[in-house]
Amino acid sequence: MNVLIPSALRSYTERGYAEASGSTLDEVLVDLDRQYPGIRFRMIDEQQQLRRHIRIFVNGVSAHALSQSMRPGDDVVIVQALSGG
Amino acid sequence: MTTIALLVSTRKGAWIFRADAMRTTWAVDGPHFLGHIISHLVLDPRDQITLLAAAKTGHLGPTIFRSTDWGSTWQEAARPPAFAKAPEGEAGRAVDHTFWLTPAHSNEPNVWYAGTSPQGLFRSADGGMTWAAFSSINDDPQYREWMGSEKDGTPDGPKLHSIIVDPRDPSHLYFGMSGGGVHESLDRGETWRVLITGMGVVEGYDFDPSKPTFHDPHCLRICPSNPNRIYQQNHCGIYRIDRPSECWVRIGRNMPKEVGDIGFTMTVHPRDDQTAWVFPMDGTAVWPRTSPDGKPAVYRTQDGGETWQRKDAGMPREQAWWTVKRQAMCCDSHDPVGLYFGTTSGELWISRDEGRNWQCIAQHLPEIYAVEAAVL
Repeated sequence: MNVLIPSALRSYTERGYAEASGSTLDEVLVDLDRQYPGIRFRMIDEQQQLRRHIRIFVNGVSAHALSQSMRPGDDVVIVQALSGG
Repeated sequence: MTTIALLVSTRKGAWIFRADAMRTTWAVDGPHFLGHIISHLVLDPRDQITLLAAAKTGHLGPTIFRSTDWGSTWQEAARPPAFAKAPEGEAGRAVDHTFWLTPAHSNEPNVWYAGTSPQGLFRSADGGMTWAAFSSINDDPQYREWMGSEKDGTPDGPKLHSIIVDPRDPSHLYFGMSGGGVHESLDRGETWRVLITGMGVVEGYDFDPSKPTFHDPHCLRICPSNPNRIYQQNHCGIYRIDRPSECWVRIGRNMPKEVGDIGFTMTVHPRDDQTAWVFPMDGTAVWPRTSPDGKPAVYRTQDGGETWQRKDAGMPREQAWWTVKRQAMCCDSHDPVGLYFGTTSGELWISRDEGRNWQCIAQHLPEIYAVEAAVL
C-alpha cells in the first residue's frame, strides 16, 4: 500500500511516499522500518504509543490503534501534527 | 597546529566554531540538523574524531546521531536510548529526549553513557550505535519514587545529567537528577548509593533533606587535577565535596548576598582544583532565571569557594536578561584557560584569560543548550 511520508521523515525515505505492506498498521510500520531503519521509533515510542505530534490517517480516517487491520490498497498518510514554535 | 572546537547545541540545531590556539578568530560551521532540538553534542576525547549528537524534533521521537567526519555525514543509532516495555496493563515510560552524553573512561573505548528525560541512565558499548538501559536505575522502585513524576522536574521534563566517570577508575560513576539527588556507583552501575548529605532543600515547606526526591542538583563537575573533589551548582546553592567525605559543603554562602548562589552551570579549572566558575541567576520570588538585576557576570573562586570574585569585563552593564543553562559553560585546557558560555538568548561568549575579560563571538543563534570545548 502507498504511505505518504511527511517532510520530517523524508531524511529516511528520500521521497514523499513509500510502499509498505502488512495486515495491521503496526505491521505496515514495521515493514517501513525494515526498509528505512529507525523511522518507526521516531513515530512510535517504546511503549508502542504513537508519539504526541504524529498522526496517521488510513483512508482519510485518523488511526488510533496500531492493531488496526489493513487491506491491500489502503492509503496511509503520516502527518506531523502541530508541535509549537 | 592546535585547534579549539566549540560544539554548540541549541534548540534549533548545532554549530561548530573553530579557532587556533590564540582563540582570536573563529570560523563557524553550521547549522547542522537545522530545526532539530540538539541537547548535547560531544566529541569523544579518546579518538578525537567521533561526534555524538542527542537529537529530536518537535514532531519526532528522540535519537542519537554519530559522525566521524566532523558532521559531513551522520549515522543514526540503530537502537537509541529507550525504556523497557512495561508489562501489559501498566503505564510505561518513554524517553522524550536524551539530555546528557558522557564518554566513558579512557580505558573503555567506544563506551558512552547517556542521561535522559524522563530520567534514565543508558550505556553504549559500540560508540553510540546501540544503547542499553541501566535497570538498576530505570526500573528500580526506589529510584522511580525518588525521580517522581513529570511535575517534579524542569519545564521540559525531569533530567538525569552530569554523568561523571572517575578518571582513575572506570567503575566509579556519579550522576545527578533534577530532581532526585546525587548518586554514586563503585561497580560500573550495578549498584548505587545516595550522596546528598549536606545538600540543602527548598526552605519553607518542611521538606526532609534526607530524601533524595527533594534534591535538585543542576550541575556536577569533577576536578581533573583532583578527582576526589567535585563541585556542584544546585537549585539550592553552590557546593563542594572532597571524597572520601560524604558531606557536601555549601561554598555558595560566600557569594555576595545581593547575587546569591543560585544558577544552572559550573565549570572547573583543568589543573587547579581550587579554581571554579559559576554563572549566577535570579532565584528569587517567582524564579525569573535571568541574570540578577539584568547584569550578567561569571563569578570565580580561586580558593575552593572561600571567596568569589565578579568577572564581567566586556559583558553588558545592564538590561541583559539572559542566563546560561547547565551544559552551556565549559573551559579548554590551554594556559591561560579559555572559558566559554552560550546564553539563552543565543549568544556565544569567550574569555581567553580565565574569565578576566569577555567577548561575544556569535549572536542571534537559537537558545543555546550546551557548549563543549574540544582541544585538537
